[in-house]
Parts: sequence; structure tokens; C-alpha cells
Amino acid sequence: MSSEVESKTGVYKETLLAGLWKENPTFRMLIGMCPPLAVTTAVKPALTMGLSVIFVLVCSSIVVSMMRNLLKPHLRIIMFTLTIATFVTICDLFLRAYTPAMSEILGAYVPLIIVNCLIIFRAEACASKCGVVVSVLDAIGMGGGFTIALCILAGIREVLASGRLFGIEVMPSGFVPCLAMQMPVGAFVTLGLLLGLANVLTRKKGA
Amino acid sequence: MDRLSVLLMGFLSMVLVNNFVFTKFLGTCPYLGVSGRLDSAFGMGLAVTFVTALSGTLTWVVDFYILTPLGLEITRYICYIVIIAGAVQLVEMYVRRFFPSLYDVFGIFLPLISTNCVILGICLFIDIWGTDNILEVVVLSAGVGIGFTVAICIMAGIRESLQLADVPECLKGAPITLITAGLLAMAFMGFAGMIKA
Repeated sequence: MSSEVESKTGVYKETLLAGLWKENPTFRMLIGMCPPLAVTTAVKPALTMGLSVIFVLVCSSIVVSMMRNLLKPHLRIIMFTLTIATFVTICDLFLRAYTPAMSEILGAYVPLIIVNCLIIFRAEACASKCGVVVSVLDAIGMGGGFTIALCILAGIREVLASGRLFGIEVMPSGFVPCLAMQMPVGAFVTLGLLLGLANVLTRKKGA
Repeated sequence: MDRLSVLLMGFLSMVLVNNFVFTKFLGTCPYLGVSGRLDSAFGMGLAVTFVTALSGTLTWVVDFYILTPLGLEITRYICYIVIIAGAVQLVEMYVRRFFPSLYDVFGIFLPLISTNCVILGICLFIDIWGTDNILEVVVLSAGVGIGFTVAICIMAGIRESLQLADVPECLKGAPITLITAGLLAMAFMGFAGMIKA
């Protein structure tokens, strides 16, 4: 009995941790790549984006997982998107009401969470097959991994572009800000190099 | 004449200056996934152009004539999603019935693109820009699709040559594609001063 409970906790723990590194959506799986590039000019919008994605991912995982036995195969995707669109609307209205400035910065990228492949992919791969608890843990793990990736990228870009982090000066006074980091170029190149770094790290771990 | 030049400028700015892939990062997933070969990239680009033009116009019509007068803006995203999914389905059926050879070229991409950010992106941006002329909407949304096609085809051409290049082991695949995209984005920034908004 106790070993059964233990193995169950093991599965839970593994599901939760998988998203953080082993199956990190941005660095390992390369899904949902638009927000990591678009909203990472500074850490604050990136963090807001990450939290919004976690919220939508967790809520839609719960709903999808609860209705997984009622789904007809050919209507599956549209049901997923409608569920996601509902929660994104809630999230968008919430942001607009409580953090109007942030909502202004994120602009169209909040509604664009609807078509973020990460969420549909998790609904398809996990929530439509597993129970509620596993789905929620998976959603938290994946969303967390996504948020961490966003923040790393945003941190690097913000420090190099303006010498600040969360709006506080962190670099020595002789530092020359590199404006290109704030532009699309910086986003693409930084993410490319980070992916390369992630590849190196996994290979080292595997060897 | 004046209107024509406005339309032409709008079109050019969507294709070159405000290219969605390079300035707004929309459609990055298919951009990384499908850009391996030139012919499939072109097929994908065509399919996207078709669907952006159609659903951009449809969502604008629904938004302008139904949702806004009735005060139903809150259901906007859900309506957009339904319209896009419907448009994709419609295009798929139509093409399969009347242009079987075309269906072979981009049929397989059609189900994929209902979740392509470019398409929802253009619907949302048309709303944000507050365009109130149906002709402009058609031109802008077609321009976005063509801009996507241009971007993905350039990338596919480069990637075909990249296969022969000596890329460091850890950068192979997606990383080098992203770095190349960064350089391309820089090149496209050169167009930025061309058209004043």
C-alpha cells in the first residue's frame, strides 16, 4: 500500500519536474516560440506573460481533462481552442482591469496565447489522456519551464540593452548599452545562442 | 489615385517594412518547422496567404457589422477562433473539390495553420489599427500573407545551402536557424525608413 502511494508521488513529481528542464517547452521542445521572442525586451512583461500562460494552461488543462471522455475525435481541436479562448479572454480582461500599463505593453500578444502551440500541445498530449491531478501538475511544470525560459531570455536582453534589471541599474558605469538587443535581431540571436547552450548542457549530462 | 497609393503603400509596408515574422515574431513555429525545403515552404506560404486574406476580411466584417453594434466585444476572441477554423475548413473543402493539384501542394498544411499565429495576429492587429475600410483590410491581410511567404522562402533557400555549411555541432538545427533569422531581421530593418506611417 505504502509503495503504491510512493510510486504515485514519484509519478507526480516527475510530471511536475519534466517541464522545467527535461522537456522544457522553449529550450528542448521548441514549441510556443512567439512570446519568448516578442515580449522579452524586459523582465517585467516577460514575467506577466509567463504567469498568464500558467493561468491559462492550468485552467484549460482542468477543463479538458474533465471532458476528455466526452470528446469526439474530429471536434477535439476546436473544443481545445474554444476552451483556451475563454480563459484567455478572462486573463486579458483581468490584465486590462488591474495592470493597464502592462496590458498596453503586451498588446496583441495576450490574445495570441490562444494560438500558442504549447497550450494546445499539452491539451492534446497530456490533458486529454490523463486525470485532473496529473494534468494540473503537468501544466504547472510546463508553464513554469516556459516562464523560466522567458525570464532568462528577458534578463539577458534587458541587461545588455539598457544595463538595468527590473528597472534597477546593475552594470558598472562604463557599460555601453547595446541597442540591437532590444530589437528583433537581439531576440532571434539570443534565443539561438541559448538553444545552442542548452544543447551543450544536455549533451554533457548525457555523456 | 490617392486611395490607390495609400493601398499600395499599405501593402508594401506589410510585406517589407512591418513583415510579421521579423518585426512581430508571429508565425515563428511553422517558420522553424517547415522552412527546411523550398517547395514545401512555398506551399505553406501560399496556404497562409489564402487563409489570412479570407479570415482577415471575414473577422473584420463580423467585428464591424455584428459585434461592435451589438456591444459583444467581449466574445471577440472566441468569435475570431471560430471564424478562422471555419475559414480553414472551407478553404480545405473548396480546394480539394476544385483544384486537386493545388490540394496536393498545400493540402497537408491547411489543418496546421488554423493554429498559426500569423492568422489570429492579423485579425487582432486590424482591430488594433482601427481600419474602417474593407478594401484596406483585404489588401493588408493579403500583404501579411505574402510577407510571410517571402520570409519563409528566403529562409528555406538559406537553409538548403546551410546543410552543406560547417555549423558547430551544438548550433545545428533550430539554433542556427534562429541566428540566421536574426541576421535577416537586421536586413529587413533596412526597409524601416522607407515608408512613413
